[in-house]
Amino acid sequence: MARSLEGFLVLIVAALVYSSAVASVFQPISDSHRSVALELFTPLEGSFSSLAETYEALRTFEVLGIDKKTDINTAACQSVLETLGSSSSALKDLFYALKVNGILKCEIKKDVFEGVTSSLQATVSSAGALLDFYYSVGGLVIIKDQTSKDDLYLADAEGVFGSIKALSQSDGRWRYNSNNPESSTFAAGLALQALADVVSLSSSEIDQSLIGATKNDILKLFDSIEKYDDGTFYFDEKLVDTHEHQGPLSTTSSVVRGLTAFAAVTSGSLNLPSGKILGLARFLLGIGIPGDAKDLFNQVDSLASLESNLVAIPLILSLPATVLSLTKKDSVKVKVNTVLGSNAPPLTVKLVGVFRSGSKDTSLVEGQELKFNPESAVYALDALPKSVDVGKYTFVFEMVLHDPDHLNLYATGGQTQIPIFVTGLVKVDSAEIAVLDSDLGSTETKKIDLSGENTVSLSANHLQKLRLSFQLSTSLGHAFKPHQAILKLTHESKVEHSFVVGSSGKHFEINLDFLGLVEKFFYLSGKYNVQLTVGDAVMENSFLKAIGHLDLDLPEPPEKAAQPPPQLLDQKLRYGPKAEITHIFRVPEKLPPKELSHAFLGLTLLPLLGFLIGLLHLGVNLKNFPSSSVPAMFAVLFHLGIAAVLLLYALFWLKWDLFTTLKALGFLGAFLMFVGHRILSHLASISSKLKSA
Amino acid sequence: MARTTSSDAQALFHSLRSAYTSTPTSLKIIDLYVCFAVFTAIIQVVYMAVVGSFPFNSFLSGVLSCVGTAVLAVCLRIQVNKENKEFKDLAPERAFADFVLCNLVLHLVIMNFLG
Repeated sequence: MARSLEGFLVLIVAALVYSSAVASVFQPISDSHRSVALELFTPLEGSFSSLAETYEALRTFEVLGIDKKTDINTAACQSVLETLGSSSSALKDLFYALKVNGILKCEIKKDVFEGVTSSLQATVSSAGALLDFYYSVGGLVIIKDQTSKDDLYLADAEGVFGSIKALSQSDGRWRYNSNNPESSTFAAGLALQALADVVSLSSSEIDQSLIGATKNDILKLFDSIEKYDDGTFYFDEKLVDTHEHQGPLSTTSSVVRGLTAFAAVTSGSLNLPSGKILGLARFLLGIGIPGDAKDLFNQVDSLASLESNLVAIPLILSLPATVLSLTKKDSVKVKVNTVLGSNAPPLTVKLVGVFRSGSKDTSLVEGQELKFNPESAVYALDALPKSVDVGKYTFVFEMVLHDPDHLNLYATGGQTQIPIFVTGLVKVDSAEIAVLDSDLGSTETKKIDLSGENTVSLSANHLQKLRLSFQLSTSLGHAFKPHQAILKLTHESKVEHSFVVGSSGKHFEINLDFLGLVEKFFYLSGKYNVQLTVGDAVMENSFLKAIGHLDLDLPEPPEKAAQPPPQLLDQKLRYGPKAEITHIFRVPEKLPPKELSHAFLGLTLLPLLGFLIGLLHLGVNLKNFPSSSVPAMFAVLFHLGIAAVLLLYALFWLKWDLFTTLKALGFLGAFLMFVGHRILSHLASISSKLKSA
Repeated sequence: MARTTSSDAQALFHSLRSAYTSTPTSLKIIDLYVCFAVFTAIIQVVYMAVVGSFPFNSFLSGVLSCVGTAVLAVCLRIQVNKENKEFKDLAPERAFADFVLCNLVLHLVIMNFLG
């Protein structure tokens, strides 16, 4: 039990260390990206579902340096040939077919390229929407690169540049087309890419004022950049409910691609703060390893464009280990790489400061320079600074480039803060446990050795006290306050009581006055097991130790004393299946046998029969029924009306509700009133005539 | 004493019957109708006594429908009777119209209550 608990504690500690460490340590692309890429981009039966997906897979493999081309080659080239050869292919498919071909270099005949070129050029000159420009100009650039046709130029490059630029908004974002008022950051990335392509397809220099205006747009776009607390920057769409919503990752990567492409083809600096470029790289790396193919492509592709961009190449400072052990004499090792993991230019890494986390006091060390080991490309500090003790720290590093020309090429972001855990052994001293009388006269004091096994046995009654004390100090002799210092008493009947051991400086002590605890202990006398837990994330010798047992003699419980809570017998019972729930339904009323009910139905008809026989007996006739046609018609209608009302009632009973019935009854009633009045007044006039006669 | 009583009773019944034969046929029809309604009600009450009153609203509406029509018929009889001076000025047709109207209203309520 204790062993498994210990294992659990270690797990928690490891999780704690890990989770707090990844929070703002950015690692460049590594081998784990490569294995995940192979997993995520797995072609189904040798081919991907679309050309776009094929391109994403090939591009990711290309950037990560994975050689998988031969596996995909045949099927992909087949699909490329079909798309380029067909005259009815969609513009987007053409674009991705050309991109796939750019990587695979399939064998394609010259006249196919010429056909595609002329159709793309026709599209460019007639295009109005941003995506049309993006696909067609992008396609032309790829053809130019592949066929090394130097005479492939846009007829009116400046005009095309102008019409793409016309879709931009005042805040640096772009619209997809002139009819759509919604602007998007994602579209801005596409537009910058398209503009860069137009510049590279232009036969003459583009007007500098247009280029300048675009640079201005980029600066405005960077005003809307968003920021996290740990120094990462990213772009996100402002409107969430647009038709095709792009997440922060795809938006950021679109902008990064567009920005780097545009910077590559234009001369002159963009005047972007290099800290923001570094922040973008940190955002892209901070995602870790995405679990989605599209996300992985976006991350890897945009990092690749940052790797060799002309604005500022971000340098990432990372630590192979952020948990350093004092007992193992771990040294501080720092790596500086570009985003894709290649080596940085010559530079010096300095440890500028070490701060205890949570306190803003002065640094524990002076600035120290880390030694560079050219073989492993690791900057190392041989030993941890002497004043660094067990605990959680923030190390501040600074990168200084050797070559002053590199200052404009690379983004180091000034100082980098990295959270570090320094672990070590904590000394546990002078531990003792004692039972005291209430007048503080000690009856028995026993020393315990918290590094070994203990089987102390004590006995006490409710008038006495239990005292446990020990001292914790770090290897440098400082006081150490662990996350957990808990004393646990467990009764034979598995009733547990936990107490937090308080501390003052190095000294930890707890006094249990049983007189006040009698009720809490549910008056349970008998043997209690005593257990002490001391644990912390940075304490390498965290422990959970059984100290021994305590025989407690408590008074008999009074009548109204609280009962100890029922102990859960077994974890399986607690989490196992519960008893099945049976539902109790209302018992239907007892109904008489059908025969009896039918017999009484017949019986109720008997009086009706009697009534009819009686009528016959009385010699009733219909002689009074009007003979002339009009009153006869009214009389018939009157009777029909009554029959209709009764039928309506039957319908009401069988299926209608009161409202429908009342509506129908309104009309029928009016009709019945009318005919009834006519026939009855006619009869009355006849009888009054008879009387007067 | 006993003889006199039975012969008196016989005489009484005889006179009643001869008096009743002079009642107009229309009133006799109404009487017959009232009897029909009352007997139907009685049969339902007997059924309730035998079986139990489970769908109580159905029983109530059945019995009240019969009793209600019987009462309305009695009212009609009072109004139609020519001997009854109080309603001398009321035309029997008017009384019949009232009877029909009241019956329709009564049965609307009954149907609503029937469930």
